[in-house]
Amino acid sequence: MKNKSFILKILENDKGGKIVLSTLAVVVFVVSFCNLFVPSSSAFYISTFTVTILGKYLAFALLALALDLVWGYLGVLSLGHGAFFALGGYGLAMYLMRQIGDRGVYGNPDLPDFMVFMNLKELPWFWYGFDNPLFTFIMIMLVPAILAFVFGWFAFKSRVTGVYLSIITQAMTYALMLAFFRNDMGFGGNNGLTDFKDILGFDLQADSTRVGLLIITFLALTLGYLICRFIINSRLGRVIISIRDEESRVRFIGYKVEQYKVFIFVVSAILAGIAGALYVPQVGIINPGVFSPLFSIELVIWVAIGGRGTLYGAIIGAIVVNFASTYFTSALPEVWLYALGGLFVLVTLYLPKGVVGLISQIDSKLRKAK
Amino acid sequence: MKILKIILLNLLILSSLIASDLQSDSQELLTNSYSKKETVILDLTKKYKSEKKFEYLLQKLLAGDLYYTKNDNRIVFLKEKKESNYLTVDIFSGEKLSEASKYDFKKVKINNKLRNIIKASLAKINLFSTDEDKRLNSAKNLLKNLKLDDKEIIIEALQSEKSSNIRDILDEANTILIAQYGTTEEKYKAVDKLGGFISSKTLATLKDVLNNSEDEKLKTIAESSLDIVEIKKSIYSFIETAFFGLSMGSVLLLAAIGLAITFGVMKVINMAHGELIMIGAYTTYTIQQLFPNLIEYSVIIAVPCAFIVSGIVGILIERLVIRHLYGRPLETLLATFGVSLILQQLVRTIYSPLNQEVKTPSWMSGAWEVNSSLFLTYNRLYIVIFSVMVFLAILYVMKKTSLGLKVRAVSQNRPIARAMGIKSSFIDAATFGIGSGIAGVAGVALSQLTNVGPNLGQAYIVDSFMVVVFGGVGNLWGTLIAALTLGEINKFIEPISGAVLAKVIILVFIILFIQKRPRGLFPQKGRDAQD
Repeated sequence: MKNKSFILKILENDKGGKIVLSTLAVVVFVVSFCNLFVPSSSAFYISTFTVTILGKYLAFALLALALDLVWGYLGVLSLGHGAFFALGGYGLAMYLMRQIGDRGVYGNPDLPDFMVFMNLKELPWFWYGFDNPLFTFIMIMLVPAILAFVFGWFAFKSRVTGVYLSIITQAMTYALMLAFFRNDMGFGGNNGLTDFKDILGFDLQADSTRVGLLIITFLALTLGYLICRFIINSRLGRVIISIRDEESRVRFIGYKVEQYKVFIFVVSAILAGIAGALYVPQVGIINPGVFSPLFSIELVIWVAIGGRGTLYGAIIGAIVVNFASTYFTSALPEVWLYALGGLFVLVTLYLPKGVVGLISQIDSKLRKAK
Repeated sequence: MKILKIILLNLLILSSLIASDLQSDSQELLTNSYSKKETVILDLTKKYKSEKKFEYLLQKLLAGDLYYTKNDNRIVFLKEKKESNYLTVDIFSGEKLSEASKYDFKKVKINNKLRNIIKASLAKINLFSTDEDKRLNSAKNLLKNLKLDDKEIIIEALQSEKSSNIRDILDEANTILIAQYGTTEEKYKAVDKLGGFISSKTLATLKDVLNNSEDEKLKTIAESSLDIVEIKKSIYSFIETAFFGLSMGSVLLLAAIGLAITFGVMKVINMAHGELIMIGAYTTYTIQQLFPNLIEYSVIIAVPCAFIVSGIVGILIERLVIRHLYGRPLETLLATFGVSLILQQLVRTIYSPLNQEVKTPSWMSGAWEVNSSLFLTYNRLYIVIFSVMVFLAILYVMKKTSLGLKVRAVSQNRPIARAMGIKSSFIDAATFGIGSGIAGVAGVALSQLTNVGPNLGQAYIVDSFMVVVFGGVGNLWGTLIAALTLGEINKFIEPISGAVLAKVIILVFIILFIQKRPRGLFPQKGRDAQD
């Protein structure tokens, strides 16, 4: 029970977090139950499609959480967080490709289909080890972490800040996108990686696997949330918030600002990488489009709409915007881009603290009225 | 006078005699033997190479339209087929024959060997054409497929040719022939002289001499000539690459210069900048749709129109959105990104999501051929000139006009500028309008290079920011140098790495560069530089 009290301690004074996480827990439980144990003829049955969509939203929520950590608390607006997400995604996709074995169209047990198609004779060196789940798991975290470390170390050391940092993070993901679009990069070019069959021996098409993935994603999101919360509550958290608010003063006091920044940036990248790895098996494909600056900016918008600087706000933002996006792109595709664009403008102009800020504003007004 | 008249008269008679000769000589073509036809064509070519009618005959023969009447062997060409009837024209008199059954005619058949001979003959005929372009093309063709048989005709043409350009080509062809077939002494001279030319034929000849000749002295001469040719060639290819780099740099400059004002001067990150470029490109398209008869001028008309349209959209964006966000650059980024989505969707709704084709006026297509290994395309040339003009105009407005002075004042210190009586909100709107208008003008130029579609802007937004950041924010000269540098670097590493990788390398380079010099090539100095 000591463990539980530890979690509760992290969530102390975090009403919003508690509400969001417990609501999500209930939703995930109901959806899973209604998918697996209710007959498909029943009105309470929830389709596997919904399970998958929900899983995707939760993966996005984890990504938004990662961004909120660096943007909301460290004041570093990364316009390239999609890159870490994509790298994690590609990592898992490589494992999934290796699991296909000889069941591909070309039936080649040693090479994925697209490599046979491109007349590759041998597996490129960077594909080695990806048939091992443990190795893959490590890589999913390590590769984004290394990129974030190298990039962050260079950038923060030379005090690239604010707008400039945003623009070069955008350049970073843009450069990666161009590279991954190349067929000879060994990552499937513009088609990306797809046609996955199973994961750790479980059939990816099976309902139970889908539900399993949803639950794992939820657990990862919860764990990610707790980690972020833990960081924020700690002394470290107070330092990074101070860096956000007045960087030069923190530096004058004697803190090594760069080291704090790099550390948080790396943690955030790892979370983003894990989010990507959870996204891929549920969606069934990853392609270089995820590296596009557009995706990374959209993700900033999720956080902005939810409310930056409140971790649970990022989760709400990601889920709400993506839900709206799924709904409108099928119902009113024309209207959706206008609405999304308008949302960006209105939220920045009138809701600087996002939906969460609006709720607390209303809340405090009601209290005053009492 | 009398004598002159007589001579003229005689000439007339002579020419008519020749014409009739051609008519009768041509009768020899009407044989079934291909080898006979070959010799006839070669003979006729020698005799009648300056005769327009003969050229026409050869063209019709090559096209397979030459026939003769079965009953009286008149040579005619087919004008129109009407079921089983032919409408034909006499090739010499130009007289239209009445419609007759196709069984009354016989085709003058040719085979592939003949076809080549006819082509060669036509080339020779063209070498003496009155049209200079025809002569030039013919000389070039001759040089490309050089044969010993051509020697006579080359020398003949050299004597009468006046254009130095064509003479050079003929001279080169002649020299190559001497280098190949002349006497030893002649060969020495010719091979030495070949160092003065640059065509690939010269290069091939010199290499051939170097590899196959047994004469050591000739080989040494060939070697030194070859060195000269290769140096020249590499210089020209260097110039060409530099020019491509320059034109790419100009495109970058055009795309970035509006941003240099809105971002550099006003500290506003306008993510909709790409869409303002797109609006300029669509303005060009719209003008071409509205005035289909003015394609030649539409680009010129589009420049002020695009400036106004994009400028107005820019002012609207400034008044409605950005005005509320001054001093919060990251927020302007988010809001204008929303604006860019709306503008893209607007264009999709109005014009369809597909790419539209913008026509290139004829004066912008084609290439300026400096010499046989250096071509500069006109559209790129014009874009270089155009972007320089735009740059100078902006520079003038910013440095020499009172508006420019006020813009700089407001951007440096808003409260003090206001205290001095400058209407800062008006200046903000005007500055943003100018920056946006320039983006529209860039769009007009881009519409001549790439597809015009809703995603046009996105393709340039990252590049534009890179240029401005690399050059140093708030510095127009820095933007110029950054754009040209990036264009040149890109074009020079492209042949080694490929286009996509070149771009990746550039982006990585800029990322690393910013780590070293976070404020770009030419950082702003002074108290206000720190924000």
